[in-house]
Amino acid sequence: MKNNIFSKLLDAKHRGRTGSFALVIISYIIIEALMHTGSLSSLFSSLLVPVTCYIVASIGLNMNVGISGELNLGQAGFMSVGAFTAVSVSGRLAPIMPNPIIRLIFAIVAGIIMAAVFGIIIGIPVLKLEGDYLAIVTLAFGQIIKSIITNMYLGFDDTGLHFSFVEKTMSLNPGGKMLLDGPMGATGVQRIANFTAGVILILISLIVVYNIIYSRSGRAIMAARDNRIAAESVGIDISKTKMLSFVLSASLAGAAGALYGLNYSTLVPAKFDFNTSILILVYVVLGGLGNMTGTIISTVILVLLPELLRSMQDYRMLIYAVVLIAIMILTNNDRVKTFFAGLRQSIFRKKQEGSV
Amino acid sequence: MEEKHKPVLEVKELGIDFGGLTAVNDFSMQIFDKEIVGLIGPNGAGKTTVFNMLTKVYKPSRGSIFFLGEDTAGKSVVEMSHAGIARTFQNIRLFNQLSVLDNVKTGFHDRVKYSNLSAVFRTPSFRKKEREIEEGSLELLKIFRLDTEAENLAKNLPYGAQRRLEIARALATDPKLLLLDEPAAGMNPQETEELMDMIRLTRDHFGIAILLIEHDMKLVMGICERITVLNYGMMLSEGTPDEIQADPQVIKAYLGE
Amino acid sequence: MDFLSYFINGLGLGSVYAIIALGYTMVYGIAKMLNFAHGDVIMVGAYVAFFAVNSFHLPLIPSTLLSVLICAILGVVVEGLAYRPLRSASSLSVLITAIGVSYFLQNAAQLLWSSAPKVFPSVFPSGGIALGDSTVSYLTIITIAVCVLVMACLTAFINKTSTGRAMRACSEDKGAAALMGINVNRIISITFAIGSGLAAVAAILLSATYPSISPTLGAMPGIKAFTAAVFGGIGSIPGAFLGGLLLGVIEIFAKAYLSTQLSDAIVFAVLIVVLLIKPSGLLGKVRREKV
Repeated sequence: MKNNIFSKLLDAKHRGRTGSFALVIISYIIIEALMHTGSLSSLFSSLLVPVTCYIVASIGLNMNVGISGELNLGQAGFMSVGAFTAVSVSGRLAPIMPNPIIRLIFAIVAGIIMAAVFGIIIGIPVLKLEGDYLAIVTLAFGQIIKSIITNMYLGFDDTGLHFSFVEKTMSLNPGGKMLLDGPMGATGVQRIANFTAGVILILISLIVVYNIIYSRSGRAIMAARDNRIAAESVGIDISKTKMLSFVLSASLAGAAGALYGLNYSTLVPAKFDFNTSILILVYVVLGGLGNMTGTIISTVILVLLPELLRSMQDYRMLIYAVVLIAIMILTNNDRVKTFFAGLRQSIFRKKQEGSV
Repeated sequence: MEEKHKPVLEVKELGIDFGGLTAVNDFSMQIFDKEIVGLIGPNGAGKTTVFNMLTKVYKPSRGSIFFLGEDTAGKSVVEMSHAGIARTFQNIRLFNQLSVLDNVKTGFHDRVKYSNLSAVFRTPSFRKKEREIEEGSLELLKIFRLDTEAENLAKNLPYGAQRRLEIARALATDPKLLLLDEPAAGMNPQETEELMDMIRLTRDHFGIAILLIEHDMKLVMGICERITVLNYGMMLSEGTPDEIQADPQVIKAYLGE
Repeated sequence: MDFLSYFINGLGLGSVYAIIALGYTMVYGIAKMLNFAHGDVIMVGAYVAFFAVNSFHLPLIPSTLLSVLICAILGVVVEGLAYRPLRSASSLSVLITAIGVSYFLQNAAQLLWSSAPKVFPSVFPSGGIALGDSTVSYLTIITIAVCVLVMACLTAFINKTSTGRAMRACSEDKGAAALMGINVNRIISITFAIGSGLAAVAAILLSATYPSISPTLGAMPGIKAFTAAVFGGIGSIPGAFLGGLLLGVIEIFAKAYLSTQLSDAIVFAVLIVVLLIKPSGLLGKVRREKV
């Protein structure tokens, strides 16, 4: 029986899934241990929560780009929606809900719901389009979301919530607090996010994503990606499946944004711009389309890389750019591909021999 | 045909134009229960276009298609699949990055359903239904002798096996009518021979009607009970294999003047 | 009546977008790739012109020619080093590489010329033509004229020369073009050279209008022009022209009549509406998949 479970965890289909969970849990234990012994640098500690946020957003985007095959250039927009929703909800609840953990859960759930709602609204027009046209529309929506949040003013005082748009027209009673302040974004945010919450969020994301992938809907999503016409001919409603992966991706970005927002005391809308969307896309592509473990690894490396190169100062982003180009060229080079395929085969053969 | 009851498929004066060019015109046919019917004609005669109209990939410009006695006007590709028409494609269209087994499982999409929530929480009903899908798919793979390939990616199958997989996937949707677009293309004589047995078996085992496009005359004459000949988008002739082979018009269309 | 002057200013801004969009659309049409680094070529063009005028005291025309030349060479080099090895790779790999090139150019510029903005010298005659209550600057008029000239030359080049014919052949079917003896790599290089040269022209017009130049100056006009190219139907040269002009006019009108802060949002919203009505852009070709 025990043997059975192990063989199931390690068979070809589930190996990726088992690997992702193992990677996350083991890394978490090691990092927690290091933190308790005080051997983590403050720079590294400060990056823990952002890394978990980017991992969750990347897992979501990989659902969209890798599993569903749609190029999405607006993932940061959904992060933004999640972040500013969560920050506002947390700010509003702070006086009446002192427990930070419960408040964190409420704020993240609110961020997810709001991002999902935006995902549905945006998904309706986006999913009618294909290929590069779909990509540009997600880019456009990312820009629109940024513009809108940059022009939003939200505050509350003893008379309730106050909202205005484009121009700050409201004045709050004494004791009132601005939640969103236009281009200034959110200030004075209580930092209630933490690394453990981030890791839990990653694990939940992985469970949801894998369980959808290995299900009727997951097969339909991948079938629609591989061959649209054949998918329709077996009765798969393409717009439904695409919507599912799009909204799932948006929701995870919302969760990621929520946690991200609650990790800093100030947050400006400009943080979630086109460059951030591109950054997440790079994590996904380098990690491997549809490969969640790879996405986690590449996100960690690419978030840390510019920091690790800090000693190179001005040259670090230049090196980052060159590394990016070199990886793309090398991974698409036939000779390199053959080499790695051979390597993988020889390792796999050894493993098989060992298990017999 | 009077001994048979209502037709599964009834096509009346079907026609389609592409930008002023008439591709198919005045095409009518009937297919009855458990029949194997051939659709033949020279290249460019409009055979695949007929398939595309029957499955609503193209919207016909004229005429009507009745399926199981119901007018199919206004239906989409997906709705035609749900109604019970399944097909294969001339240029094979498999889900290349999915396993052979998963390709067949997609055919169950509309037959065995459960919610996404029950998938996320892996509920007992999810497990039961997934088992049902898996067993049904494996059974189909066995019939088409693909069960040993179940975990391989579809794109890695040899050509002949890919064609068989397309048929298995189409059958997984539980159709009443199966359209096969050049199922023997690219197969060697031995494979074609086996395919003929499989097509007959499919009809007998699943009790469905089959309409097939094919250039291999040995296959067409060997398994079709009736044949319709298309030339320049028009119906040239219709009848039993013997009648078609003796039809001077058909011979002229195939051999030229 | 300000309407007319807004309209002409819109055409002026749109002309710059159109010239940049031509680069996007030509590269897309022939190499089938989204060249995200195109915006950064504009930035390089602006700096080259800046140094030509400020440090070498060259007049406008030679400065422009120098900038065009250097950008064209840059385009060819980038294509040869970064994109050519990926000819058979997935479009996503090419996209990421283009992003890498974009990062590279921005950061190289930052190292070479620092991130502090520089003030672009005024190289065009100041003043303008009175139009009712408001004036339209000479610069705007020159910009529109340059755009029309570029468009006319490019159309003639594409339709009348053998290289232009080869480009059209490559955009239809690269494999068939190669079989007909066309050197596809050479054609792609020429396309990059033309697109990048045009980016330099746009860079000078843009920097003259907004005289503060910095290493990230190409990003926003790049995105806008890319939008314009999609708006008009990516791959279509008249589409890029039309899309650019329309985008400029919409942006200026949105700023004037609706909201300055929300003008970008309005521009992108119009794009989305257009794509929903015409999913392949205003003048784009609808490609039907053969079943």
